[in-house]
Amino acid sequence: MLQGHQTWIFESKPVIIASAAVGGPFEAKGNLADDFDVLHDDIWLGQDSYEQAESKFLEQACETAIKKAGLKKEDVQFFLCGDLINQIIPSSFTARTLAIPYLGLYGACSTSIEGLAIASLIVDNKFGNNVLVGASSHNAASEKQYRYPTEYGAQKPPTAQWTVTGAGAAVVAQQGEGPRVAAATIGRVIDMGLSDPFNMGAAMAPAAVDTFEAHFRDMQIDPSYYDLITTGDLGKIGHRIAGDLLSKHGINLPGEKWTDCGMLMYKAEQPVMAGASGCACVATTTFGHFMNRLRKRELRRILVIATGALLSPMSYQQKETIPCIATAVAIEM
Amino acid sequence: MSSINRKNLTPAQQQYQDFAHAREPQRPIFANCVRAFIAGGFICTIGQAVQLFFITFFNFNEKTAGDPTVAVMIMISVILTSLGMYDHLAQWGGAGTAVPVTGFANTIASASLDSKSEGFVLGVGGNMFKIAGPVIVFGVFSAFVVAIIKVTIKSLGGM
Repeated sequence: MLQGHQTWIFESKPVIIASAAVGGPFEAKGNLADDFDVLHDDIWLGQDSYEQAESKFLEQACETAIKKAGLKKEDVQFFLCGDLINQIIPSSFTARTLAIPYLGLYGACSTSIEGLAIASLIVDNKFGNNVLVGASSHNAASEKQYRYPTEYGAQKPPTAQWTVTGAGAAVVAQQGEGPRVAAATIGRVIDMGLSDPFNMGAAMAPAAVDTFEAHFRDMQIDPSYYDLITTGDLGKIGHRIAGDLLSKHGINLPGEKWTDCGMLMYKAEQPVMAGASGCACVATTTFGHFMNRLRKRELRRILVIATGALLSPMSYQQKETIPCIATAVAIEM
Repeated sequence: MSSINRKNLTPAQQQYQDFAHAREPQRPIFANCVRAFIAGGFICTIGQAVQLFFITFFNFNEKTAGDPTVAVMIMISVILTSLGMYDHLAQWGGAGTAVPVTGFANTIASASLDSKSEGFVLGVGGNMFKIAGPVIVFGVFSAFVVAIIKVTIKSLGGM
């Protein structure tokens, strides 16, 4: 049901009956290692290319989620997935392996939450009983596509972020046990004229703030309704900017209730500059870490505002600015 | 951001960029310069040692020892790149690791490594000069322009 301008309320509250997170070696050394279902010590996964390796990460996350849900592939009606590689090949190739009817998505790093919102819409309207959502990213594949060759010695500025290698997946169902999706707010594309691809946090922060304000305006609730509000992959710089922007607009959030997936993923001593990013950042943090905390009932209600920078390597070279989006999903236990 | 770009921004965008800019850590330019000086100097010292080695133990003089020295430095850089170490050195050393010939070797080796999955012809062959290519193009072109200037001045009776 539409509420306000851009928020969907899911009356049946679709259930996330199972979720899975798969990560690479760098994630294994990070803060959230315990929340991953599978961690690999090799970013290649025995494949011939980074792109193929990313497909394997995604396949494994999807298969683990289906298995944890106690389902077979045939029981899942639709598969919604996206990633960062040109023409989203890891997602489409995973859909080829899974052979589940598929909708490819692109919302840059917000893809997993975009998928979760649409999956909940499908399930809430009874257009599907079980819908699988997934998203992946691969550090080396992203570096190669968006920036420089992985081994090229370019000095990264303090505002740069580290793309997470891994994948997250979740099964959204009409019935079952688990965290429930209560609402979703679809964001507008916001462009504040920033063009530095090594400073995505500052570019994406206004999009996060816009969706944040839209969510609370449409829902007519107060931020204190949630136990935790997390942004996607703003990193510590973007997150601080978003927090300060909200304060400027009269919304003050206490530090323990206001966090960012990009800040949670890695340890302070890991050389990730401003924090983590990539589709897998929000996907693994939400479908791994936050789902576990919800299932343990440490958290009752959370709002995930996933952000995405909708640039391409070509748009950057053509001196275009970076349009950004944020999609919010409210999850309850 | 340059002033030309800023003119195209709306007042709200400009205001936000100032707001964001005040909260972004800047590149530590002074520290980067010091590190570049140390890293670049260190690489050049190794190069000097290699050159002396060729002059002392082999039949080279100061002029001819340059070629084998450069070859050795390129080899060291390519090996470090292949072992995944050069990018870490570069994060610390910045321009100090980019400017000497080792940096140039790193651009070619790293682009080749990444493109190997697309095959030897279209992948490695097509992409190996992805970063080094502009350096060669503009390097050769500026050499050409400088040579023209030199020849012109000389023919006019200068130098």
